[in-house]
Amino acid sequence: MSTRPDARAEVLRRVRAAQPTAPVRVPRDYAADDGPAGVELVDLLVDRLEDYKAAVRRCTADALPAVVGEYLAGAESLVAPAGVPETWLSSFEGPVARDSGALTVADLDAPGVAVLTGCAVAIAQTGTLILDAGPDQGRRLLTLVPDHHVCVVRVDQIVERLPAALRRLADPTRPLTMISGPSATSDIELNRVEGVHGPRRLEVVIVS
Amino acid sequence: MSGNVVTRLPFPVAARRELGDEQLRRNLRKATHTIRDKRLRVVGEVPDWEPLRVAGAAIKDDVLARLPDLLEQFEAAATAAGATVHWARDAEEACAVVAALVQATGTAEVVKVKSMATQEIGLNEALEAVGIHAVETDLAELIVQLAEDTPSHILVPAIHYNRTQIRDIFASKMADVDATTLTDDPPALAEAARRHLRSRFLSTKVGISGANFAIASTGTLAVVESEGNGRMCLTLPETLISVVGIEKLLPTFADLEVFLQLLPRSSTGERMNPYTSLWTGVTPGDGPQTVHIVLVDNGRTDTLADPVGRQALRCIRCSACLNVCPVYERVGGHAYGSVYPGPIGAILSPQMSGEGANRTLPYASTLCGACFDACPVRIDIPQVLVHLRQSGVDAARGRPSAERTAMRTMSYVMRDRRRYAAALRAARRGAAPLRMVAGRRGALRRLPWPLSAWTSVRDAPLPPKQTFREWWAREHSS
Ligand code: SF4
Repeated sequence: MSTRPDARAEVLRRVRAAQPTAPVRVPRDYAADDGPAGVELVDLLVDRLEDYKAAVRRCTADALPAVVGEYLAGAESLVAPAGVPETWLSSFEGPVARDSGALTVADLDAPGVAVLTGCAVAIAQTGTLILDAGPDQGRRLLTLVPDHHVCVVRVDQIVERLPAALRRLADPTRPLTMISGPSATSDIELNRVEGVHGPRRLEVVIVS
Repeated sequence: MSGNVVTRLPFPVAARRELGDEQLRRNLRKATHTIRDKRLRVVGEVPDWEPLRVAGAAIKDDVLARLPDLLEQFEAAATAAGATVHWARDAEEACAVVAALVQATGTAEVVKVKSMATQEIGLNEALEAVGIHAVETDLAELIVQLAEDTPSHILVPAIHYNRTQIRDIFASKMADVDATTLTDDPPALAEAARRHLRSRFLSTKVGISGANFAIASTGTLAVVESEGNGRMCLTLPETLISVVGIEKLLPTFADLEVFLQLLPRSSTGERMNPYTSLWTGVTPGDGPQTVHIVLVDNGRTDTLADPVGRQALRCIRCSACLNVCPVYERVGGHAYGSVYPGPIGAILSPQMSGEGANRTLPYASTLCGACFDACPVRIDIPQVLVHLRQSGVDAARGRPSAERTAMRTMSYVMRDRRRYAAALRAARRGAAPLRMVAGRRGALRRLPWPLSAWTSVRDAPLPPKQTFREWWAREHSS
């Protein structure tokens, strides 16, 4: 079955009948752009990520493989989308599975699986990483089912505020996931508790 | 209009019942005060909060003004992206559409992301009636479902339970939990929920969600959540069915820059919620390959038709107005008898359910205005409340009703100063023996006639031993 033509027509008829007619002007007096350059974006991002219980390290491009290797030390195996550069994972010694779309949920749910990705853009003010299924981020389930996610952020991917971040996205119709800290709940007495269904370990490497 | 927005008991009756529950009131007080403080802190961090609110309100008003065009635009974009769009006039029709879609997949169990729209239409009950079990996966929804209770808050449906009560519910209702070792430590409770749901997430074929926002220009849906249960339901099943109220639209993707700032800070008091998912139809090789969207009216167009009341349709269900409401804090969500409790429920439920039902809800407020100040889309809830009270009285013209009788008697008494003074004196005499009973609350449920007409619909403060007028007369006569 698909749409019921009578329901569609009736809802649209009701909306037209009830519809307010006066046009509305939207005042956009909020800060649509990032503030003046000079805000220490990296410091702010680190502060906000740590506030939400993500681990963060800063390093140079040369030191990146070693830092990633340290975060992955306890992992039994590693999953990486096809577009993650080989150098990022060069110091991981366990088995590596590159995802070409064939990995199953069971593969990803096995104990000790970690996933290594990049991101599309990061928002300093809120400690948010945005994944847009780009080649170094892959399918959504890769960063969802494993319990341990290591994400590499380049300094030039960091913006101060959300409006600037959304404008950076190449194609908003790709599947998007915005991540701010590890999985958490506020359902018990309205206090934030980390560790529910998403990855409970979120580690971020900021590379300059 | 049908579904779960119709009050079964008048608010005063239900409120009195809930007020007797001391534990409930302690839990609510603790939770609402926690969240209030967090919200104030993170809202205070945003220098352009007020311009964001103004923009948020105007974008939603613009959506309401252009709703027919935007709905058609959304339908076309979502369809082009591979989704199938369905329409439903009311709750019953929406449930029938979803039930048929699930039945067509041959599955008997679905996983659900918390969604006000599906609660509103009573989807779980409708699915159960045709043999389909809907598993709630949001922690608070799971608690409520296991306890065979109903939600009492739009964001945190189990806000009326404290950690010890949650522990007891899990210990007695989760087959896979060791009741002898489970503690009431919140991380331990979160872990129990994770284990309980994990295999279901990984194997269930159909996911059901709502949407916080629907983007007309692209056909994109957005779900804002915390735990990752949303991502599980939106990513792993083969089929995804999303039930979306027609007022959820935003014109363009860029409008999210306003709402994704307003919503998290207003709802959980965080700078950003842990996870936000956005998807547009079907993406080959990533996520559900069959995607349905059900657009639901269910009383929204009736609300739209009221020039004062329609601002309720701006609501983004953040729950800030519940958390700051002195009435909600004392009576809790169940007293409102609708899936939409608190200040927003007091104006939304009566409008969506039409004349007749929910007539007592607009009185469930002190008109203190805290809800308006907290509302990220500047819904003037007190204004709508007064408007609905007025139309409630108007609608009852010619018919006897408690409010109408009260208003008429009070206006008779208050029109004449001597009559009013005499009534107050009578009330004081009548109240003297009650002073001990009323105690610290100093509020009375029954005043002697003629003021009894007033207390038949609300409590009144105890009359003072001496009125201001009497005090003034005495002080100034000497
Ligand atoms: S009325 Fe305003 S404050 Fe209340 S839930 Fe809706 S958006 Fe939030």
